[in-house]
Amino acid sequence: MAAIFHGVGAATALSPSPSHSVDSKKFQLAPSRSLSARKGRIAVVRSDSSVNLSLNSRGRKDHLWIPNAVATKTDDSAASTASKSGHEILLFEALREGLEEEMDRDPHVCVMGEDVGHYGGSYKVTKGLAEKFGDLRVLDTPIAENSFTGMGIGAAMTGLRPVVEGMNMGFLLLAFNQISNNCGMLHYTSGGQFTIPVVIRGPGGVGRQLGAEHSQRLESYFQSIPGIQMVACSTPYNAKGLMKAAIRSENPVILFEHVLLYNLKERIPDEDYICNLEEAEMVRPGEHVTILTYSRMRYHVMQAAKTLVNKGYDPEVIDIRSLKPFDLYTIGNSVKKTHRVLIVEECMRTGGIGASLTAAINENFHDYLDAPIVCLSSQDVPTPYAGTLEEWTVVQPAQIVTAVEQLCQ
Amino acid sequence: MLPDSQVAGLNQSKPRNSAVLRITLRQVLDFPGGKVAFTPQMEFLSESPEVRSPCYRVLDEYGLSIEHSSFAEVSKEVAIKMYSDMVTLQTMDTIFYEAQRQGRMSFYVTTIGEEAINIASAAALSISDIVVPQYREPGVLLWRGFSLQEFANQCFGNKGDNGKGRQMPAHYGSNKHNYFTIASTIATQLPHAVGAAYSLKMDKKDACVATYFGDGGSSEGDFHAALNFAAVLEAPVIFICRNNGWAISTPLSDQFRSDGIVVRGKAYGVRSIRVDGNDALAMYSAVHAARKMAISESRPILIEALTYRVGHHTTSDDSTKYRSADEIECWRVKRDPVSRFRKWIESNGWWCDETEMELRSSVRKQLLHAIQVAEQAEKPPIRDLFTDVYDVPPANLCEQEKLLKETIKRYPQEYPAHVSV
Repeated sequence: MAAIFHGVGAATALSPSPSHSVDSKKFQLAPSRSLSARKGRIAVVRSDSSVNLSLNSRGRKDHLWIPNAVATKTDDSAASTASKSGHEILLFEALREGLEEEMDRDPHVCVMGEDVGHYGGSYKVTKGLAEKFGDLRVLDTPIAENSFTGMGIGAAMTGLRPVVEGMNMGFLLLAFNQISNNCGMLHYTSGGQFTIPVVIRGPGGVGRQLGAEHSQRLESYFQSIPGIQMVACSTPYNAKGLMKAAIRSENPVILFEHVLLYNLKERIPDEDYICNLEEAEMVRPGEHVTILTYSRMRYHVMQAAKTLVNKGYDPEVIDIRSLKPFDLYTIGNSVKKTHRVLIVEECMRTGGIGASLTAAINENFHDYLDAPIVCLSSQDVPTPYAGTLEEWTVVQPAQIVTAVEQLCQ
Repeated sequence: MLPDSQVAGLNQSKPRNSAVLRITLRQVLDFPGGKVAFTPQMEFLSESPEVRSPCYRVLDEYGLSIEHSSFAEVSKEVAIKMYSDMVTLQTMDTIFYEAQRQGRMSFYVTTIGEEAINIASAAALSISDIVVPQYREPGVLLWRGFSLQEFANQCFGNKGDNGKGRQMPAHYGSNKHNYFTIASTIATQLPHAVGAAYSLKMDKKDACVATYFGDGGSSEGDFHAALNFAAVLEAPVIFICRNNGWAISTPLSDQFRSDGIVVRGKAYGVRSIRVDGNDALAMYSAVHAARKMAISESRPILIEALTYRVGHHTTSDDSTKYRSADEIECWRVKRDPVSRFRKWIESNGWWCDETEMELRSSVRKQLLHAIQVAEQAEKPPIRDLFTDVYDVPPANLCEQEKLLKETIKRYPQEYPAHVSV
């Protein structure tokens, strides 16, 4: 597959500045094709394809990058950093830190993927690891996703704990056969004789003009496969924690990262910690409505939350984190409290995580709902390249605000 | 060949210094990938060789060793075990196939005609070598000590099956015997084998991986990538191709146009050999040598074993529909690898008719008994439907199990009475 993310959109993610003090402001200086023309009214295409015209004098830049991601978190979540000590780190570095710590801890952990060795990985998640652990333990593979995923499975069956990197989640569609037919299955069909403690990870989601093939949401396609677990990280804290937990898990885990979140900065603890793979994260407790989201949409939701708070609403925001299985305990408790659910996701409307979550909540908590569940998703279209069009395929904070207002009427 | 005037014309079009204008053969330049000699003669490499790659064989069709042949020494004990296991495999196939035809077993895959590949390759490996099979290599497991009862248990999917009744019959697997569980998918095991070899290499073990696939499997993308990976990684894998002429109903001419599979090794930078797969001694020698090279030189080896699939693809196939019954008979009777090897051990004075009769009747009895026991054994409980999906059953599966149990309790007549919950 052509690796075109050397293009403009992902440039910031690809080459971290030498000083690791890249702060979020830098991302507002997005490449020149930002839409300076879009002042005043912008048309927001809702996922149900009705068009809302809303006055919004802010330019595109403010929409897509939430500079206060860190600040919003430290108010609330118990899952975030507790102490003022710790160290500041970017998300991709947090992933690397987690990976490196696990590789130090357990000699069976190894990494394989395209350009993960001396190149350090396309998003620099494996930077420096080949120098430290050697070329065999951090393995550069030829371009054959199905086959190096298969290789990871074979190595896992023999006792190693491989971390397989897909350069972009979309490329792992080539590995679907191995993931579905072998990775998810062999523990079961072998009667429990062979375990497959493999971690499959990579960046996915809609980036900045990466084109349709590099904007896949694979969690939709994989969610049905029995035998695998899926988690999505969204902050440096949970990225490191989930990476470590995934590596230690005996089950095959697919860790979804997002192309646009790699440069998020946060202060994380110095001490060793892992995040529970099956737990959702309470981002902002509230009373009026439960907003369920994950990965990048968390930030659009939090942006919308600020507006909603100003308007007098009290949304409860949960980052579901565990995409398979769903943390119905946390979600259920929230539904029982607020009685209204809004799901905000980046998946396509049809067959996405939101669709399954809607079904699960309806089945389990129907009696507690005062209104039908609303699900905001991307439209069922391939992601267009043009920036304006691409933006309208991703749920924007304004849509979230409107949806909550309608839900809470 | 271009006429001189045109060649001269070509050079004159380049305004370079006169040194370059001279046509020199064997000029060399450094492109990525290394130095390569130039030639001004345009020549295409032929798509097919004038002479096909020769096939290594040591015993003739009468089981006598060919003059000037070189092969690995096989002791009497090993030779007798090899032959006995070949007979056992052949008998097991016959009896289990019949059991399926009689409706006692739901499905079966025979290995008839490929007994030498199975047993001889297994004999040349050590128990610490990891075997990653396709699905027509039960002989390797048999050699390693999997019992006839265990084979029968898996085919009947009963409580004694170490796979807990989850796979199709003949999809064996045993981590105890270093034999990966068979998946029905074609050629997906080839990258697994490379991964396993990578693991052995990391641990610097004195062992290699042997993986098997058919002529049809060589068309899959995973074949290409696995060979490529193994070569780049310098992984100790032995790729054994059972080229038996048929991929269900697809003959070789519809599968590929290369000179079989052996020539593909070169394309990937993998050392390869073509062997008479029905010659047990040649198979043994080739795998023996391959193993040594794979481990000491840390490299992959490709072995193409030519053979013939005497049986149907599986019990769901009737191969007389696409090939002549005469052809099948000819291979079954006249070119049987088992009787060929028998002649060789008899010629060494290690075997006779009496021992033959004893062996066959004993094995037959054991197999019939094994089937009987397996047939009557209990099936795995409903609980095993939900275990081993993950290390620990998650909440949703516990719920689904509860639901199923309730349904069974409410409608007991819809469910088989003899399967416990």
